[in-house]
Amino acid sequence: MDFGPYLFVASLEGAITAAVLALTAVGLSIVFGIMRVVNVAHGEFFMLGAVIAWWITSLIAGHPALGFTVALVAAPIIVGVIAVVCNRLVLHKIDYEPERTIVATIGLLYVIQQTTLMTFGPEARPVEAPFNQRIALPWFEFGESGFALTWPWGLSTTTYKLAVIVAAIVILLILWLVMTRTKIGLIMRATQLDQEMAQAHGIAVGRVYALVFGLGAALAALGAVLVVPIQQAHYLMGGDPLLLSFIVVIIGGLGSVLGTVVAAILIGMSDGIISVFFTPTLAKILATLLVAFVLIFKPDGLFGKRRE
Amino acid sequence: MSQATRSVLLHSFVIALLVVMFFVLPEYHSGNLARILVLAVFAMGYNVLFGYTGLLSLGHALFFASGMYGLGLSIQFMQASPMLAMIIGLITAVVVSCVIGFLALRTTGVAFMIVTLMFAQAGFLTVLFFGKYTRGDEGFVIQRAQRSMFGFDLSQPFPRYFAALVLFSICLFLIAWLVHSRFGKTLVAIRENEQRARMLGYDVQRHKLVAVIISGTMSGAAGAAYALLFGYAGASFAAVQYSILPLLYVLLGGAGTTIGPLIGTVFMFYLIDISSEYTEAYMLIAGLVLILLTLFAPHGIAGLVRKKLVWLP
Repeated sequence: MDFGPYLFVASLEGAITAAVLALTAVGLSIVFGIMRVVNVAHGEFFMLGAVIAWWITSLIAGHPALGFTVALVAAPIIVGVIAVVCNRLVLHKIDYEPERTIVATIGLLYVIQQTTLMTFGPEARPVEAPFNQRIALPWFEFGESGFALTWPWGLSTTTYKLAVIVAAIVILLILWLVMTRTKIGLIMRATQLDQEMAQAHGIAVGRVYALVFGLGAALAALGAVLVVPIQQAHYLMGGDPLLLSFIVVIIGGLGSVLGTVVAAILIGMSDGIISVFFTPTLAKILATLLVAFVLIFKPDGLFGKRRE
Repeated sequence: MSQATRSVLLHSFVIALLVVMFFVLPEYHSGNLARILVLAVFAMGYNVLFGYTGLLSLGHALFFASGMYGLGLSIQFMQASPMLAMIIGLITAVVVSCVIGFLALRTTGVAFMIVTLMFAQAGFLTVLFFGKYTRGDEGFVIQRAQRSMFGFDLSQPFPRYFAALVLFSICLFLIAWLVHSRFGKTLVAIRENEQRARMLGYDVQRHKLVAVIISGTMSGAAGAAYALLFGYAGASFAAVQYSILPLLYVLLGGAGTTIGPLIGTVFMFYLIDISSEYTEAYMLIAGLVLILLTLFAPHGIAGLVRKKLVWLP
C-alpha cells in the first residue's frame, strides 16, 4: 500500500473543498451572471457566515446539533439581509456600473472585515460539529493473491465530512430546481438574458437584483457554516474563498452556473491533491497565473459559450 | 499667462511649499511627509494609467514591489552601491511592467482589473515562496552603512527628506510635461473615447503599453526609494493592500490632475495615521472612504477644486 491510498484520502479532502467551493462560487456566479457586476466583498460574506454561526452556537446551550441547526438556517438569512442592505445603500446608488462597483465592493470588503476585527476579535474560534464519528476507510487491492480488502488500514474520515459533501449536493440541486422550475427562477433567468426587456415586461429589476445579491451572499454563508466545524471562524478567512471562487467562476465561464460547478469540482479536487504533494504557496501561484492567462487568452472560460 | 507658464508656476510653488514645510514642521511630521512624498510618487505613477489613460489597475503593488526588491535584494546579496541598486530596481520595474502590460492589455475593463489583480497576487506569493532570500512577511532591513548616496547618509532626517523631495519634483515635472505633450493628450483621448482615437489613426495599443511602462516604472521608483530611504523591504508591500492604496490616494485627491495624487496621499496618510491610534482596525477608514468617494465624489478633491476654480493642470 503506497501511493494509491494517500491519493484516495487526498481526493476525499479535495471533495470537501470542492463542495464548499461550489456553493460559494455559485453565489458569486449568479451575482455576476444576472447583475453583471463583480462582487469583491463575496469572501467577506463567507466569513460573516462562519462568524455568525460561531456566535449563534455560543448563545445556544445544550447539544451542539441544536445550535448548529439554528445557525445553518439563521446565518445565511442574516448574511443575506446584510447583503441586501449593502446593495441598497451602495450598489444601487452607483447604478451597478461595473468598474465603480468593484471599487465600492473593495470598500465593503474592508468595512466588513475590519468591523468583524473590532467586534469578534483577531482570534480563530472553533464551532463544534453536530455529529462527528470516525469511520475507518476501506481500501481494495489486486495483489498476487487476487482481490484483497484491507480494513481498517490506518487512515479515516468523519461522518461530518461526508455529510458536508451530501449537503452541498442537495443545496445545489434545490438551487437548480428553483432556477429552472419556479416562477422566481424564470424571472431571474429573464433578467439575466435581457434586463431592459424584462423591465418592459413588468419585472421589477431592482427587486430581482436585491434578491440575487442576497441569495449570492447567503450561498457563500451557507458554505461557510458547513465548513466552520472543520476550519474555525477567523476574521481573515474570506480571502482564500474569494480567490478560489474567482478562479472557479472565471475558468467555468463567467455567469455560467453549470460551468462554475464543474470548475469547482475540478479546482477543489486538484487543490486538495496538489496541496498534499506540493507546497500550498506554489499551488496558489499556479492557480492565480492560470486565472490571469485564461482571462487573457480564453475570456469566456474553459467551458463558457461565446457571447455575441 | 499661457497654460504652460501657469503650470510651471503652480508646480514650483508646491515644491517651494514642501521645502519650507521641512523647516516649519516638527520632526515627527516632517518624517511623515518624507514617507508621503515617496507614496505620492507611487500615486502619481498610478495616476498616469488610471487618471490619464482610463485603465484601472488593481495590481500596482507588483510594480512597487519590483522596484523595492530589485533594489533591496541587489544591496543585500550583491553588495551593490545605492546608485547601482536604484538602477537595478528601475530596470526590474521596467521589465515587469513591459511583461504585464504586454499580457494584461489584451483585456479591457473588468477583465483588466482582475488580470492585474491576479498577477500582483502571484507576485506577492512569489515573494513568500522565495522566503529564503526575501524573508517573506518578516522582510529584511537594509543597513545604515549601505544607504549613503553622494556622501549623504539617507537614514538621517534632512538628507532623507530632500532625497524624497528631489524624486518627487522630478516625477511631478515629468508628469506636468507629459500631460501637455502630444503623447499625454493622446492618452486623454483614449480615456475619453477609445474607438474614436483608434479611428483617427492612433495606435491605441502601443500608447497604452507605453502608459503602463511609465506608470509601472514610476511606481517601481517609489518602491525602490521607499526601501532605500526607510531601510526596509517586506512582503506586505507586495500585498493587495498596496494595490488598493494608490487607487485610494488618486481617487481621493482627484484622478487626472497633476497635484491630486499628493493631496490624496496627504489626506489618506493622516486619516489612517490618526485612526490607527484609536483602533487596530484602521483599514475600516480606508474602506469607508472608498465607498463614500465612489458614491459622492468620483472626481476627488482636486476634481472639486477644478470644478469651482475653472483651471488646474
